[in-house]
Amino acid sequence: MSIREFAESGADLELVGIQKRFPGFTAIEELDLTIPAGSFFALLGPSGCGKTTTLRLVAGLEEPTAGRILIGGKDVTDTKAHQRPVNTVFQSYALFPHMSIIDNVAFGLKRRRIGDAESKAHEALKLVELDHLAQRRPAQLSGGQQQRVALARAIVNRPALLLLDEPLGALDLKLRRQMQLELKTIQEEVGLTFLHVTHDQEEAMTMADTVAVMNKGAIEQMGAPEELYELPRTAFVANFLGKSNLFTGDVVGTTDTAMTVDAAGHRITIATARAQRHQGLVTVGVRPEKVTLHAEQPDEVAGRNLLGPGRVIDVSFAGVSTEYIVAVPGVATISVFAQNMSFGPVAHEGSEVWLSWDVEHGFGLSDEPDESSRFPADADTQSIAVQRREALLTELEGS
Amino acid sequence: MSGEVQAAAVLGGLTESEELEDRRGPQRPRRRRIGLGDWLLPVYVTLAFIFLLIPIAYTFVFSFNDSLKSNIAWRGFTFDKWLNVCNVEGGAVCEAFGNSIIIGLVSTVVATTLGTMIAIALVRYRFRARSSISLLLFLPMATPEVVLGAGLAAQFLAVGVPKDMLTIILAHTMFCISFVVVTVKARVASLDPALEEAGRDLYGSPREVFWRITFPLLTPGIMAAALLSFALSFDDFIITNFNSGSVTTFPKYIYISASRGIPAEANVIASAVFIVALAIVVIAQVSRAARAKRLAAEMT
Repeated sequence: MSIREFAESGADLELVGIQKRFPGFTAIEELDLTIPAGSFFALLGPSGCGKTTTLRLVAGLEEPTAGRILIGGKDVTDTKAHQRPVNTVFQSYALFPHMSIIDNVAFGLKRRRIGDAESKAHEALKLVELDHLAQRRPAQLSGGQQQRVALARAIVNRPALLLLDEPLGALDLKLRRQMQLELKTIQEEVGLTFLHVTHDQEEAMTMADTVAVMNKGAIEQMGAPEELYELPRTAFVANFLGKSNLFTGDVVGTTDTAMTVDAAGHRITIATARAQRHQGLVTVGVRPEKVTLHAEQPDEVAGRNLLGPGRVIDVSFAGVSTEYIVAVPGVATISVFAQNMSFGPVAHEGSEVWLSWDVEHGFGLSDEPDESSRFPADADTQSIAVQRREALLTELEGS
Repeated sequence: MSGEVQAAAVLGGLTESEELEDRRGPQRPRRRRIGLGDWLLPVYVTLAFIFLLIPIAYTFVFSFNDSLKSNIAWRGFTFDKWLNVCNVEGGAVCEAFGNSIIIGLVSTVVATTLGTMIAIALVRYRFRARSSISLLLFLPMATPEVVLGAGLAAQFLAVGVPKDMLTIILAHTMFCISFVVVTVKARVASLDPALEEAGRDLYGSPREVFWRITFPLLTPGIMAAALLSFALSFDDFIITNFNSGSVTTFPKYIYISASRGIPAEANVIASAVFIVALAIVVIAQVSRAARAKRLAAEMT
């Protein structure tokens, strides 16, 4: 497809065996990824997991150390950024401060020598409801307006693939929700392929058709948001996407349908089909909102896990729900989300409670939680990258 | 608990500042004694300004002196020197002035072009000897001008280059480059690389990105560097004197004629340059203020 023409529709993106090394560290270990045309794809991960590097590789702003990048089936690995049918909405918006809004939006069209650039730019500005500010400079606009201009400047080119680099990060919550809806609407309207990079799990889940969770330069798990949430395969995904209660123990019994784990004397059963591993030491988990809180010891019911007694050590009221932290001796502290169906919390700090949940709601992981650090280590690829680069710069500047 | 403490602290702070206000309020009219600082600073500042401005005022006033050969004693008011500025000594003043302008313009253009390219290279690219080059560029600024001038003169002599306009331009370009690099480098370093990346992302070829994004954004720095270069070149006497041969520049002309009395025509040119420079500054400030006002008006 020539850069001089508009894309008819979104194109698919294929990354084959991508590796990216910077001097002294590896940002992306080995990445294979296919994004179908017309989809809204989110790359989700903590800062420095390699997601922005992936985006820059696709945009052509970085060159991969190894591997191929294909857009719409065409190998673009060796082409430059300005030759690719791809546009980016930058995290900092990167609006040209010396040009008016309309010149900013028309920039890409004029470079591609597409006729009638001005009126097309006005149309794009109308789409984001900013046409009345066309003659202003970027500095005269608010953050949210600048963000919309950045979006208009990218989509006016009708790229086969639109890259979004945490473009909503700088906006306040209300504006962010509004922009999320607008982005989704625009994507459905124009039918482009969106690749959205974010560290905000809620944003990824509400907007994307498919979410890939990235960690330490590799994709941990990929799938539809509800699939990732209900059936996480690794401890990282279980904890990065929402909260999880995890229990580690040996498998003590397996049938075709159920698997029982002995977690410090407590038996926890999960569906066999929902477990990644079926023998030895395994970690199983359950989401806090799936757990029910009982003030008195309930009867054992088949198909339900029962845990307790435990003691409520913290109650935090969050309006729509209340989070209880329950310490069960010998096992763990377990978090429970309960809808506030009636007024106020149902249990108080210090009260004795029992917990139960449906066997079908549990999930089994393929790895163990990293107990060594409760907080993510700062040794991820990007922060090392930044540190190295800064060290190099100060060294060069200093001499 | 902590909320109470905070509230108490805020209340405490409020009452304290109110007290301060109260104390300050009635005290002011009561104060009669005049402190040392109340008169010493204004007097000192006035004296300093007079001291600094006297030479300029003298130059300006004596450009209207109806002088003969020497322009030291006041002999009466006339516009003659302003009207016939090029008619004295066969137009030597004007020739020197013209030379200075040509040298200033050529070395400014060359130094600004080369300096800008060096500045971009130093900030944007990592190459061998980058830091040594950065350091060496400071040398012409740090070296005493006499040493630089004499050294250059010796080199020109050794190579056998005759001293004329070209050698002056070469010398001026050399020391101006340092100042250009330092000025433009700061501007390049503060330029957000994402802007150029956005340009590339929006289908701009490297050439288009440079001319439509990088260069316009660097322009204020480049203009400042060019003005500085021109001022330095126009002003320079020491290095010029070593490398000029028989060519006379304006500072050199004044230096030579100082021994036998500077003609009033030199005062005329010096005053004119001063007025033009002043006018440029005033116009720039006024237009900036007007633009700021217009932007503020658009915002509301």
